[in-house]
Amino acid sequence: MTKKIVLNMITQRSIEEGVAMEKGKTTPEYFKACSIVEMNPEDMKKLGIWKNTSVRVTSEVGSVIVTAKEPTQFCPPGLAHIRQGVWANQVVPPRTQSTGTPQYSGFPVTIEPAIDERVKTALELVQGSVGLWKGGN
Amino acid sequence: MPKWITQVGCPYCGASCDDLEVLVSDDGKRVLETRNACAIGNEIFHHAQSPSRPKLPRMRQPDGSMKEVSYDEAIDYTAKTLLAAKKPLIYGFGSTNCEGMSAVARVAEKGGAVLDNCASICHGPSFLAIFDNGYPSCTLGEAKNRADVVVFWGCNPMHAHPRHTSRYSIFPRGTFTAKGQMTRTIICVDPRETDTAKLADHHLMVKQGHDYDLFDAFRTVLRGHDIPDEVAGIPKKTILDAAKVMKNARFVMIFFGMGCTHTDGRNHNVDIAISLTRDLNAHTKASIMAMRGHYNIAGPGQVWSWQFGFPYCIDLSKGTHAHMNPGETSSIDLAMRGEIDCFVNVGTDAGAHFPIRAVEQLKKHPFITVDPNICMASEISDLHIPVRVVGVEEPGVVYRMDNVPIQFKKVVDGPEGVPSDEELFDRVYERMCELTETEPIWLLAKDHAKAATNAEQ
Amino acid sequence: MAEILIRNGFVIDPTRNINGDVADIAIKDGKIVESVGASAKVIDATGKTVMAGGVDVHAHVAGPKVNVGRLMRPEDKLHKSPHAQKNYRMESGFSIPSTFKTGYDYARMGYAFVMEAAMPPLHAPHVHEEIHDTPIIDQAALPVFANNWFVFEYLRNGEIENAAAYIAWLLKATKGYGIKVVNPGGTAAWAWGLNCLTLNDPVPYFDITPAEIITGLMKTNEYLGLPHSMHIHQNDLGNPGNYEITLESLRLAEGVAAKNNFGRDTVMHSTHIQFHSYGGDSWGTFESRAREVMDYVNKQKNISIDLGCVTLDETTTMTADGPFEHHITNLNHLKWANTDVEVETAAGVVPYVYDKNIKVSGIQWAIGLEMGLYAADPMRTFITTDHPNAGPFTRYPRIIKWLMSKQAREETLASFKHTDKVIDATNIHSMDRELSLFEIAQMTRAGPAKALGLSGMFGGLSVGMDASVGIFDLNVNDMPSDPEAIEKAFARACWFIKSGEIIVKDGDIVSHGNKRTIWVKPNVAENPQVIRDIEDKFLKDYSVGSDTYQVRDYLAPNPYVIEFDVEA
Repeated sequence: MTKKIVLNMITQRSIEEGVAMEKGKTTPEYFKACSIVEMNPEDMKKLGIWKNTSVRVTSEVGSVIVTAKEPTQFCPPGLAHIRQGVWANQVVPPRTQSTGTPQYSGFPVTIEPAIDERVKTALELVQGSVGLWKGGN
Repeated sequence: MPKWITQVGCPYCGASCDDLEVLVSDDGKRVLETRNACAIGNEIFHHAQSPSRPKLPRMRQPDGSMKEVSYDEAIDYTAKTLLAAKKPLIYGFGSTNCEGMSAVARVAEKGGAVLDNCASICHGPSFLAIFDNGYPSCTLGEAKNRADVVVFWGCNPMHAHPRHTSRYSIFPRGTFTAKGQMTRTIICVDPRETDTAKLADHHLMVKQGHDYDLFDAFRTVLRGHDIPDEVAGIPKKTILDAAKVMKNARFVMIFFGMGCTHTDGRNHNVDIAISLTRDLNAHTKASIMAMRGHYNIAGPGQVWSWQFGFPYCIDLSKGTHAHMNPGETSSIDLAMRGEIDCFVNVGTDAGAHFPIRAVEQLKKHPFITVDPNICMASEISDLHIPVRVVGVEEPGVVYRMDNVPIQFKKVVDGPEGVPSDEELFDRVYERMCELTETEPIWLLAKDHAKAATNAEQ
Repeated sequence: MAEILIRNGFVIDPTRNINGDVADIAIKDGKIVESVGASAKVIDATGKTVMAGGVDVHAHVAGPKVNVGRLMRPEDKLHKSPHAQKNYRMESGFSIPSTFKTGYDYARMGYAFVMEAAMPPLHAPHVHEEIHDTPIIDQAALPVFANNWFVFEYLRNGEIENAAAYIAWLLKATKGYGIKVVNPGGTAAWAWGLNCLTLNDPVPYFDITPAEIITGLMKTNEYLGLPHSMHIHQNDLGNPGNYEITLESLRLAEGVAAKNNFGRDTVMHSTHIQFHSYGGDSWGTFESRAREVMDYVNKQKNISIDLGCVTLDETTTMTADGPFEHHITNLNHLKWANTDVEVETAAGVVPYVYDKNIKVSGIQWAIGLEMGLYAADPMRTFITTDHPNAGPFTRYPRIIKWLMSKQAREETLASFKHTDKVIDATNIHSMDRELSLFEIAQMTRAGPAKALGLSGMFGGLSVGMDASVGIFDLNVNDMPSDPEAIEKAFARACWFIKSGEIIVKDGDIVSHGNKRTIWVKPNVAENPQVIRDIEDKFLKDYSVGSDTYQVRDYLAPNPYVIEFDVEA
């Protein structure tokens, strides 16, 4: 049986994301910087995965495959972080508490191992969501 | 001889550094080297040279591919689409100058659009708090010259504003802070041990989403009341110590960021942060500042406030007067309710930065992107119109995070034939006037073409 | 530009001592001329009053703190914004109107020139961006100097020449008009949460006092020979008993002589004097000292003042007097914005309700009007509301009504909740004076133009002057018995011509006009020390570069530059 873990997700800025974004969102740098979820090693252990494993992150609005990483900036157990950007926004709930601003941080996600699943590129995710992706799966 | 240009503004983050030096080639067309820029700023100046940058608008074809079209064609399409739509949304503006924002405002007013900017998904809740509680703030030079206690709450300048700490907040030697970092006590409140938290004297690792509780505890303590043994995951003693540091400071500077505005509570977190600042002013001097993300995202808040009276979420679709009600007239809410029937993305990338569910809603109708670069929004657009890069190829006024206007320079020529945001939208406005058989009088008013006299005594 | 002939109006032009004579006014190429040809457009002003375009000596209409007010107060827009006219930009806001509404509203009232009263130099590009977006009216802006570190250092050392060189540099860098003083020393102290409430309170760290700052800047102003005098918002604004410090500051002008080539006789303009003419020692004993202050102003001929009349509205207070705004928010507990500006100044913004049911508001209302009614020289006494502090500028017609009609004053007085207490604390009830249209023209046109050194352009209708002319529906031989008709006539000009172009017809805007930005460029001898000091401060104390700081020319695309050489 696949293990699952529920974590509290935040999506915030990082300098790696910033540099890569200015280089271009279709570059390998951007992919590397943003298609990851940072989580505490303890939570990885609970999930039964090693670092650099693909995981499926599912929120109330959707799911995304990203690579699990040990945080570059310490994350306590229970908290997960996907750098802001394309992968994060696959799962960010658009609800705004009537303020206009979506729930970019502080929403529950389920994380499960997805060892054999491929992490999609930014373009594939965004174009795919609006029916424009012409590449393969 | 290549030439160094000094005091160049950096079109990346809200720190809007204006001390970059850029080495430009003989012919004034290429950036060879930059000094003083952070890694991200450096990337922007070099990326502008990229041969892969689009130099003509691209229109999506029935088969889904993109085809280059002329600027005239792109302008005609944009004008017609805006006029045909009942409630177009023009959104973005993190990365353009105020001149561009003014031009877009004329188009939006003419077309009865909703005008919104990136604050809507960033510091919009801070605006809501300011509407309710005000904004006791200062310019960044004040922080540099006076602040002996600096609080970073839910913000991480080491990543989001790479030179903020060296120019303004932790390291610089200011008039009354002559020993730089030695003069300052740094408090960081963040659920992660961020690279900013690592620089702090006190890191309060708040339980994510419980910022309001912790602010409340500080206010309670400052008013001389007792608090529970632990609040928001922080032990009482830690709170008491940090409160004492603030109370005994000569000048407390509180910077806050998305950690407050993106999570539960939103504007309420900022509201109580402002109240804490007010309270501290009974004891000492205290100031608060939103860590605005982009180099000119404070710009639309300024330009549109003087033009329409509101900083964001401005519904001009009534045609007679401007109306603002975030939650109702905000981009994400409008998108999710399916009220928008044309989307124009200007100087940002909603394709990457909106929640994907909102992007899907917007994509059901004409979708236009105006941006120098290929981005996620451009790659799902029906039309992508490239423009010059502000701060590199186009000068203009931008507003730093403290609302200080910074006059950016142009360091190299833009690609031939590629207009600025201002030029592009002025042409869209003129085309809208032609199509509606009206005079483009707002452009005449802009130029005040007739006056121009000089007197000498 | 077309020729225009305004026929048969009752002309009121204090600059030529014309008081209601029926005459024609001819306009060509933006100027008043002797005569025009037969093809000129004829405007029939029969039975109407013709005056020069209005000149506002002091209003906060453009720049960072005005915009903080707009941004912070969405409620100022609710139900208070007129619906857009075809072809004209949407208008918004009541006490802090959008730039477009500001231009349109001034034009509707027949105003040609407005002085933005406080420009933080660091934010000068912002001020000019807003001025650029304010249609029709000519504008200038006064940079603030009285809490500026350069000024402190030069004046402390008695270096008037260096202060002058610095101020000349700054006027050029910011495209500014003159020397504004706001709470001298007190705003600098506010950077540490303190204030200077007397003229002798030393400014923390700078070893200088408000009195020294005022005197030094007055001398510097005359050294440079600027068109306008030093323009001062004094210390201790808004507090009971402050009239004594007001008189003390006014006395600093004694013995200082005006030296300039712009026809200005005054050396100190004391602004919104209503806020500085309070007696009593608490809000309980709060009372008018308008008479004491005006007695002094009347006899001291080198001082001009403006009233700062309270209009009994919900409005927005905003001033570079940072500590005062903090004081207000502690009084009324409404939202508070503050911006301390490095090296130079500060500003605060707090909404305020001048409520007829509150005794103090009623007394403040009375004091402002009393000062106008006590004025012996309307050429030195100007109508303002310190917009938007005591009320919005759109209430000028109402103030004119009150000043011209005892009946109107009594009606307002009677509508207060505490009429008797207001009468006890003021003199307004016993004052019978009713100002004439001639005096109103002095207070809103000829007088302020002269004090600003602009009497060659504005304030009168002599040949060669700027052709800005308002036509109002008032018959000088048959003035309305109902004072409301006076307010109505001044609120909406029948016609307004700005620099030769018809802007308002029947109260409606018909053109975006030909706006100018007026600024002053005194040429002083190169001063290496000051240049070094400027470079040094930008390296050490500012957070921006010296290039970034200086307003680029394109931001003021239609400049009217008053340039002259300063004789050392």
